[in-house]
Amino acid sequence: MSIAPQLLRGPSLMAEILLSEAEKAFIHHGDDLRCDGRTRLDYRPIILETGLVSNASGSSRLRLANSDVLVGVKVELASPLSEKPLEGRLEFFVDCSANATPEFEGRGGEDLANEICRFLQMSYMSGDTINLSELSVLAGQQCWVLYVDILILECGGNLYDTVSLAVKSALYTTQIPSIKVATMDGDQPELELSEDPYDTKRLNTQNVPCLVTLMKIGNHYLVDPTPEEECCSSSGVVVAVSGSKKITAVRKIGSGSLHPESLVSMLKTASEVGAVVNKILMKKLLEEETAGKTQKVGFMR
Amino acid sequence: MVDIRLASEVPLFDIVADSTEPKHLVTPGSLITKETGFMRGHGTYMQDDCLYASVAGVVERVNQLISVRPLKSRYHGEIGDVVIGRITEVSQKRWKLDTNARLDSVLLLQSVNLPGGELRRRSAEDELSMRQYLKEGDLVSAEVQNIFNDGALSLHTRSMKYGKLSQGCLVKVSPSLIRRQKTHFHNLPCGASIIMGNNGFVWICPTLHEDVAGGFVQNLETVPHADRQAISRLRNCVTALAQCKMMIYDTSIMHAYDASINAGFEIKDLLLPDKITEIALMVRKQFEMEKE
Repeated sequence: MSIAPQLLRGPSLMAEILLSEAEKAFIHHGDDLRCDGRTRLDYRPIILETGLVSNASGSSRLRLANSDVLVGVKVELASPLSEKPLEGRLEFFVDCSANATPEFEGRGGEDLANEICRFLQMSYMSGDTINLSELSVLAGQQCWVLYVDILILECGGNLYDTVSLAVKSALYTTQIPSIKVATMDGDQPELELSEDPYDTKRLNTQNVPCLVTLMKIGNHYLVDPTPEEECCSSSGVVVAVSGSKKITAVRKIGSGSLHPESLVSMLKTASEVGAVVNKILMKKLLEEETAGKTQKVGFMR
Repeated sequence: MVDIRLASEVPLFDIVADSTEPKHLVTPGSLITKETGFMRGHGTYMQDDCLYASVAGVVERVNQLISVRPLKSRYHGEIGDVVIGRITEVSQKRWKLDTNARLDSVLLLQSVNLPGGELRRRSAEDELSMRQYLKEGDLVSAEVQNIFNDGALSLHTRSMKYGKLSQGCLVKVSPSLIRRQKTHFHNLPCGASIIMGNNGFVWICPTLHEDVAGGFVQNLETVPHADRQAISRLRNCVTALAQCKMMIYDTSIMHAYDASINAGFEIKDLLLPDKITEIALMVRKQFEMEKE
C-alpha cells in the first residue's frame, strides 16, 4: 500500500441528531451486526443512473439509501495554468440544495460544500488518478477544462462517498469533442471542432478515486455510517482510494482523537474497501454502456 | 459488501399495490367541485364560489362535507393514542417531545409516575431533578391525555407499561400506515418486543418482561446476539412494509418476518429493493390465503 496523502483535519459533517444513552449503548455493543443487519464493511444499496442531463457532456445520479446526488460535467476550452502548460484541469463545485436537509437553509450548506469541494480537489491532485495531459489541446495555449458541478439533493449520511461515486460515474460518461488544430494563421492557431456530435473521446477513469468514510465506534470502525451511527462516533477518516488501491488523500473528521495504530489499520481497511467499490462501480458502468440506449428512469419514481 | 444497481433494474414499489379503481386524487390548487351547498372540510379552500384542494390527497365526501385526506402528512393526535416521543426540551414543570406532529407535544411533570410509585404533589425538588429522569434525547412511550387549544398534544405516562425506553431500535414510518388496535405493545414470538406508536414511530427492543418496573430502570447491558438478529430483521421488515405502503400491525410484521426466514434471506438482504417487493408480495399472498 503506497500512500501519497495530504492529511487535513476538518470539522464534523452532519448535524447532531438526538439519541438516548440506551440507543447509543445498543449501537456500541453491536458485534459486527449493525441495527439494519449489515456487517461493519457493508454499504447500503446504491442506485445509479448516468446520462440524465442532456445538455451536459456527462452526468450521473447516484442514490445511496437516503443520500441523493446529481453530477453534471461540462467541458470548455481555456488556457492552461502557467506552471502546467501541458495539462488540462478539473474544477469542482458543490451545491448543497436547501431541499436536502433543514440545516442547509440559506447559507447553511456552504461550509459543507466548500469542504467537499476542497477534499475532492485534493484527491484528484495526485498524478495517479487521472491523466490530465489527455486534456491538453495546444501546448501552453489551449486545453480542456472539465467543470464538475455537484448538486446534493438529499442528505442521508455518508455524503463524501456518494459524491465521489457520482463524480466518477459522470466522468466515465463524459464525452469530450474531438478537436483538430488547423494551420497556424500567423500567431493564432485555428482550432476546428469536429462537425459530428458523436465524434468524441472519453477519459480513462479507471484510477479515478472513490472516497471511503470510516467512522470509529468503540474499538471498531464502520463503513457507510447511518446518521445514528455518526452521532455515536466521535472521530473518523475519509480516505480517497484510487482504482489501483493507492491512497491519494486522507482527511480526519470529527472532534475525537485517533490512535496512530488505529489510523494505520483504518487506512489499510479503507484501501481494501475502496478497491472493491471501484471494481464493482466500473463493472456496472460498463454494463450500462453496453446495454445501450434504454429508457431513462430519471426522477419520476 | 457493495451492491450497486442501475436505476432501470430497480423494481417499482407500486407493483405491490392493489389494482383497484383510482380514487378521486387531487393536487394542491385543483378544482374539486363548482357546485355550492357543500361544507368545506380539511384540506380545501373556497375561491370565487368554487372548492379547491389545498393538499395532495384523496377527496372524501360525507353527506355535505367535502374534505381532502392528504397522502403524506404529520401526525394528527387523538385522545387515547399511544405515541413514542423524543425529548427535545426540559422546561419548567414539563418536557417537550418531538412526536412527528405539527407542534412539539407536552409531557407535564404531574403526568409522570414518580419512582417507587409514590402518589404525592410534586414539589420544587421534583422540578429541579426533572433532568435526572428524562433529558434531551431520551425516548418515551406515552398516551395522549388531552389536546391543547393550539393543537399540541398533552401526554401522560401514568401506567406501568409507559415510560422511558431502554435499548432498542427506532423506525420512523408514515403515521397513516399504523392501524389503530386494541393494544400497541406486542411481545413477538421471535424474541423481541415491538411498540407501534400511532405517530409513526415504531420501537423494536429485546423482550420486555412484566416484572421490570416501568419507566425508571435502564438496562445498559449487552443484548444477546440472537435478540439483536431478531431486532435487525424486524427493523428491516417494518421498513420494507412501509416502503411498499402496506399497513403495519403485529400480524403483518410477523408475516413479513416469517416470509423472510422461510425464503432464507439474510438480514442485510432485506435492504435491497427487489427483496423488499418480494417480501411485500409474500405478505399480501399470505393475507389472501388467510381470507379463504
